[in-house]
Amino acid sequence: MPGASKHLYPRQCSLAALTRSDCSAEEEAGSWGEVGCPSPPHSPILWVVRRSRPVVEPMLVGSGLLRAPQVSPACKNTHELPELDRLRLFLGLPFRPPFNIPRALCVILGLPETRSDAAMSELVPEPRPKPAVPMKPVSINSNLLGYVGIDTIIEQMRKKTMKTGFDFNIMVVGQSGLGKSTLVNTLFKSQVSRKAASWNREEKIPKTVEIKAIGHVIEEGGVKMKLTVIDTPGFGDQINNENCWEPIEKYINEQYEKFLKEEVNIARKKRIPDTRVHCCLYFISPTGHSLRPLDLEFMKHLSKVVNIIPVIAKADTMTLEEKSEFKQRVRKELEVNGIEFYPQKEFDEDLEDKTENDKIRQESMPFAVVGSDKEYQVNGKRVLGRKTPWGIIEVENLNHCEFALLRDFVIRTHLQDLKEVTHNIHYETYRAKRLNDNGGLPPGEGLLGTVLPPVPATPCPSAE
Amino acid sequence: MSKQQPAQFINPETPGYVGFANLPNQVHRKSVKKGFEFTLMVVGESGLGKSTLINSLFLTDLYPERIIPGAAEKIERTVQIEASTVEIEERGVKLRLTVVDTPGYGDAINCRDCFKTIISYIDEQFERYLHDESGLNRRHIIDNRVHCCFYFISPFGHGLKPLDVAFMKAIHNKVNIVPVIAKADTLTLKERERLKKRILDEIEEHNIKIYHLPDAESDEDEDFKEQTRLLKASIPFSVVGSNQLIEAKGKKVRGRLYPWGVVEVENPEHNDFLKLRTMLITHMQDLQEVTQDLHYENFRSERLKRGGRKVENEDMNKDQILLEKEAELRRMQEMIARMQAQMQMQMQGGDGDSGALGHHV
Repeated sequence: MPGASKHLYPRQCSLAALTRSDCSAEEEAGSWGEVGCPSPPHSPILWVVRRSRPVVEPMLVGSGLLRAPQVSPACKNTHELPELDRLRLFLGLPFRPPFNIPRALCVILGLPETRSDAAMSELVPEPRPKPAVPMKPVSINSNLLGYVGIDTIIEQMRKKTMKTGFDFNIMVVGQSGLGKSTLVNTLFKSQVSRKAASWNREEKIPKTVEIKAIGHVIEEGGVKMKLTVIDTPGFGDQINNENCWEPIEKYINEQYEKFLKEEVNIARKKRIPDTRVHCCLYFISPTGHSLRPLDLEFMKHLSKVVNIIPVIAKADTMTLEEKSEFKQRVRKELEVNGIEFYPQKEFDEDLEDKTENDKIRQESMPFAVVGSDKEYQVNGKRVLGRKTPWGIIEVENLNHCEFALLRDFVIRTHLQDLKEVTHNIHYETYRAKRLNDNGGLPPGEGLLGTVLPPVPATPCPSAE
Repeated sequence: MSKQQPAQFINPETPGYVGFANLPNQVHRKSVKKGFEFTLMVVGESGLGKSTLINSLFLTDLYPERIIPGAAEKIERTVQIEASTVEIEERGVKLRLTVVDTPGYGDAINCRDCFKTIISYIDEQFERYLHDESGLNRRHIIDNRVHCCFYFISPFGHGLKPLDVAFMKAIHNKVNIVPVIAKADTLTLKERERLKKRILDEIEEHNIKIYHLPDAESDEDEDFKEQTRLLKASIPFSVVGSNQLIEAKGKKVRGRLYPWGVVEVENPEHNDFLKLRTMLITHMQDLQEVTQDLHYENFRSERLKRGGRKVENEDMNKDQILLEKEAELRRMQEMIARMQAQMQMQMQGGDGDSGALGHHV
């Protein structure tokens, strides 16, 4: 991209400058008002791609952890081309239009990351907005002589997130009666979904798949979340279920389109309302045998557009052996049919993520869950559960079902990642497709790097 | 217990006693020797526990080498009919039980043609019986007609699915339908009640004729009447099947072991398995009778009406065809004659005309 490298660093610090080994690690901390940061215990870490060399090396920038640019062990992977391609994929194809980074970064604010610095070999493109504070070149090898206060950025960002809050859109798909609404209510511990069990005789199974989106604002610890639950009544309930996933696919693409239009607008909003589906929980019926053909077809079609998390519904139908057998079989079937559910293997960023996600992928998923919003007394404490003549099934007891694992996975550890993958991968794929199809951008946007401030450019192409 | 010697008409103990009260015993003995036949069809989506339930009901293993296909294979599969026969004997009474399984039902993405195979199977059995009955050697008619159909309803839904309704409406005139709620240990008691009520409402709404237990005769004993009342109140039965022996409360029971407790198959508080078994056993005879008197007769009259017309039509057609052919022949002969006449007239006329003309000219 002509001129792209110029845009990389607003201060005209070219990549070449960065390649100096004694390098001007740029302490952009102050300017990174909207930069994504890893978990609070670590200082802000900024990764930059040094494209002049065939090897991609990490550089640590920021206070407290300044080191010489080392080739960390994980980096060695980058010598292999596939890794590089993976990187490119994650960063974005060379000719892709620039990321709209400020919004992406807004998305990343303040939430705990589980990355550590040691294994960082992958790089996040951080095209930067204009720094508010002039950069001070600090040599990497030196220690700070005193406390500067750079680490307060974490606090600043957290405060900002808390003020702005964030969006999360979750879609639930599955045949009627599998406990979707109950599960969503249990997940978010509030009545966010009207349960179909309260259907009276007038409410029948809809003849076509409908899409119903209901939004709620929930608050916890000062953080506001605008949660939207998208329900799909009528999926898989008819006699002829051919193409019943089409309305769902259409809806998802419509949300991408909406976001794209906003993004491409000349006068666009500071914070584009994000209605894109971040996560799709697909409910598998606990037959104990295998997946149904409908499940396979749905997941094949939709795993490319949205993050699908398969979930085994009503898991209290199966004994422990049946459960593990069924899970194994489902996993195998998904693998054999090439269905990539979330967390997708190709988007694992580093070794740590990979091992963690591998563990989840190969052992826990699909999660076998039980949902309930009724409380019962068990051993002196009140638990959510289901009361049967032969015992009480506790929803949050790991010996009974895997609801707690699902909840931790979706909310406590991977919420952020879900949004990122949706934005950086699924949305960008849609966008690239749209732009390629149209042979150009919708009116209002010029070509890469020349339009609206701030203009982020992807670092990769400059070195090509 | 046999009848007295024909010479002695009077039992010395009871004056006026003839002895034909022993007839039922004779019938009983004969039928015990002959054995009973019963055909049971199980229909339902895969994974609802049909095979497990059948094995539990009859305490056998009807499906020893079972391969469960994966989803990708299921995509291409159509509904198949598999009949397995097993001979069970208990206290000298032989039962020849045939279980007709329908793997592939409800699996496909488009289930519109799911039940065509099943309906044609049922009709085929009726047809065969009709044929045998109308044949010359009627001594050894094998009765393969489907006497009862257990229709498995999924407990995960909110009642009947569109497929359930469509199927039941298609076969309620051909076979006795007994709706069964499968995998009942998924439901709490309240949910179970709600589901049962909902299913009954929907059955009524769609005018589906399921099998109704006959009311107990007034001269039966109270226990039996009570039992019948209980059975009737529990339709549709919600069952759990299992053949595994679990240790619970010091004794071994058949059940399913969960981390939170043990579901006992034969515990009436846990599920309706015992009720289903009782119903099946005590009403086996009645099921057969209804099949014979109602469904089979319906089929037969339909068939004969249709079939009779066809036969007559053919005969009539033959005659008609003959007549028609003769008529046509006559017509054609007439036409030929007319044409000949015309031609002759033309020729003569032509000649005559020309002659006449010539003459005149």
